[in-house]
Amino acid sequence: MKMTQVRCGYLPLVDCAPLIIAKELKFAAQEGLDLTLVKQPSWSSLRDMLAFGQIDFAHMLSPMPVAMSLGLGGVARDIDVLMVLSANGTIVGVSADLDRRMQETGWSNTFDDPSAASQAIFAAGGKPVRIGVPFPFSMHRMLLETWLSQAPEYSEDRIEIVTVPPTKMADAMQDGDLDMFCVGEPWGSVAVQQSGATLILPGSRVWEFSPEKVLGVQRSWASQNPKHCHAMIRSIYKAARWLAQPENIPLAVEILARSQHLDLPDHAIDPALSGQFITKHGQTPEQMDRFIVFHQGAANFPWRSQACWIADILSRWHSLDRDAARQIAQACFRSDIYREALLPIGIDLPAASQKIEGTMAGPTTVVSTMGQMILGPDRFFNGAVFDFDAP
Amino acid sequence: MQIDLNILVVERDKTKAHEIIDALMDGGWNNVTVISSPTALERTVKDLDPDIILIDLANPDRDTLEHLGQVANARNRPVAMFVDQTDEVMTQAAISAGLSAYVVNGLQKDRIKPVLETAIARFRMVEKMQSELDAAKQALSDRKMIDRAKGLLIRARGISEDEAYGLLRKTAMDQGRKVIDVATALVTAAELLQ
Repeated sequence: MKMTQVRCGYLPLVDCAPLIIAKELKFAAQEGLDLTLVKQPSWSSLRDMLAFGQIDFAHMLSPMPVAMSLGLGGVARDIDVLMVLSANGTIVGVSADLDRRMQETGWSNTFDDPSAASQAIFAAGGKPVRIGVPFPFSMHRMLLETWLSQAPEYSEDRIEIVTVPPTKMADAMQDGDLDMFCVGEPWGSVAVQQSGATLILPGSRVWEFSPEKVLGVQRSWASQNPKHCHAMIRSIYKAARWLAQPENIPLAVEILARSQHLDLPDHAIDPALSGQFITKHGQTPEQMDRFIVFHQGAANFPWRSQACWIADILSRWHSLDRDAARQIAQACFRSDIYREALLPIGIDLPAASQKIEGTMAGPTTVVSTMGQMILGPDRFFNGAVFDFDAP
Repeated sequence: MQIDLNILVVERDKTKAHEIIDALMDGGWNNVTVISSPTALERTVKDLDPDIILIDLANPDRDTLEHLGQVANARNRPVAMFVDQTDEVMTQAAISAGLSAYVVNGLQKDRIKPVLETAIARFRMVEKMQSELDAAKQALSDRKMIDRAKGLLIRARGISEDEAYGLLRKTAMDQGRKVIDVATALVTAAELLQ
């Protein structure tokens, strides 16, 4: 088979595992792709490389393609989402100082209670809480605001959200530059080891099924290269399915640690994939189910309702027309291309391309192209429900 | 005209920073500040209120600048120059030179352009010098490693220097590897066996 060379940009985080597995276990090669993974130092740089044609595909924060398509941020471009690479996977931590002040209010860390945690954060008093996120257009920032703004004591001037590159989050905590952070692994665990931070909440406790990273591509490129897009979707789908087998996890950790793409030791990779987290120095690990989801519950499906959820927040931040923003966002989440890629190889897909976000309390049976499939859970911590078809 | 532009350069590498300052000074811009520490970036932008910020495209602190550009109603919002895509040639030139620029106070385009052109030219030059230097260093260290491997072979097998090199080269060809890789493997193995 003649191999096609494609380049995919990524940031060295554990959640780029499907890309690395697709390359290393030859899922990409089986689809005729000679996949080169191109490491990027920052989200801005990744965005520029994609917009100016230096890379074909990109491992992106889910709000980035929507923001770019809406003309927000440094570069405006029509960027499409071919698939979701991972759901969930962010983690919130606080400094040793804030942890101590939170405990003085009577709070104890259960690692799973958003409401108690936010109450303690605001009750701890003092200056506005300075919180680091990896990028302005990130699920991290969206989840943080969704969560904290629900606290009775919340007001806008009680928090200050700043952008700190993931690799520098632990340093910024150590320097006392931040009180709190929300970041992807391994940087949360690194902050625990390196700067005495305490992990207080996985992002999945705010929203049980948030689209975290997506596979982005320039719309014009996608329309000129449909075959490459299909091949890429198929290879990553197979890699994600492989990653979802619990018996493959030890091998996956090994492959990710050995590959030059991450440059992280295995003990830094293990927590995210095994769900075993040490929340504070010297404590025994806590088990967190569905910390990061690569495959289960149609995790790779680019739901148009997820795009709407992102669009609503962006239109609030930037005072845009909500309905126009939703329309542009929905057009980015290319469930049509995703179906074209996977239906011919007999993959079962959801029958609908959007859902009501936040209704599934547990695994739920829904109609699929081949009969029935199981989705969920996908609730929000405060029981919020988003029906984007509602008038 | 040019003197009153307030330029901030974010660059960790001292030599590179000096090169850029010199180039800008030569061009008549005297109001140039350099910072190397990333944690100071946010504060510096607020205090210094620069007109234009020059930063390496690969610098991770760019994400922090992007965020400052998103803060609504802030007095000084840095805006990536890519926003203004009327000048595609300049944008591509900046990207290939590894430079990104942020314009802060809605500066007019005709005043940005000469700054960028100067910076792009110097960025390219520094980059080229750097890669030449790296290549030279690499070549030197490769040669040292190959010499050590040859030495090991000469002693262990009692062959001449030419024969030793021939053996390394043949092994590399047979295994589809580079001579330096075979040499490194041999030296590492010898060290372990000592």
